[in-house]
Amino acid sequence: MARNNIGTNRLAVGAHYGLKDWMAQRVTAVVMAIYTVILLVCFFGASNFSYEGWAGLFAHQWFKIATFVTFVGLFYHAWVGVRDIWMDYIKPVGIRLIFQVATMLWLIGCAGWAAQILWSA
Amino acid sequence: MSEVKKERPEFRNIHITQLVNYRLPLAGVISILHRVSGAIMFLLLPLILYFLELSLHSEYSFANLKGIASHWFVKLIILGLSWAFLHHFFSGIRHLAMDSHTGLNKDSARHTSIAVLAASLTLTAVVALKLFGAF
Repeated sequence: MARNNIGTNRLAVGAHYGLKDWMAQRVTAVVMAIYTVILLVCFFGASNFSYEGWAGLFAHQWFKIATFVTFVGLFYHAWVGVRDIWMDYIKPVGIRLIFQVATMLWLIGCAGWAAQILWSA
Repeated sequence: MSEVKKERPEFRNIHITQLVNYRLPLAGVISILHRVSGAIMFLLLPLILYFLELSLHSEYSFANLKGIASHWFVKLIILGLSWAFLHHFFSGIRHLAMDSHTGLNKDSARHTSIAVLAASLTLTAVVALKLFGAF
């Protein structure tokens, strides 16, 4: 096996570098698009644009969970996208690392905040 | 060969000072706007979550949010966010289609770019009319 993996036969894509993140970004995009349609249909379908209508929609447990899943997808999606921006424009490795770590911590914090908003209302 | 070949500008890794002279095709404009709109939404994430919190927490905070959102500057921010979302949504669908090898040739890439701009800008205009009280 090792003999087949050197020189021109080297398998440069074996670890699927980046494929998982690329795929996750697409999958989360589809999740967010579907959630957007559900939200618009439920909101405009009920045609109750008062606080009761809006908060009533978010009172259902299934809707809280769907919203939270979408938020987590959004944060993963944003992580991949913002990481790409830092990788494209920030060349010094140290500064890039600081931005990437800060982005990650911030998004994890936002996930906690989103959960608190959804389940404390 | 009597004619001297016209010197054409050559771009490798484009530098920020060259951006104004660089003629980007429409598909390229859509692409960079996808990144810009994504970055705007990422930066305004705390505001979005704060607005969601106000809208859900209680009837009073809901009324409070209505008050905040009646300010013209907040309306502008909401309009900017709406554009960012709409552009990102439609050009994202275009990206997904292209990932599955549809609409990859030059002509259809241009046509779908026009469609993305038409959809996002029309709906942004509708949001603007709603925000500033046309209906």
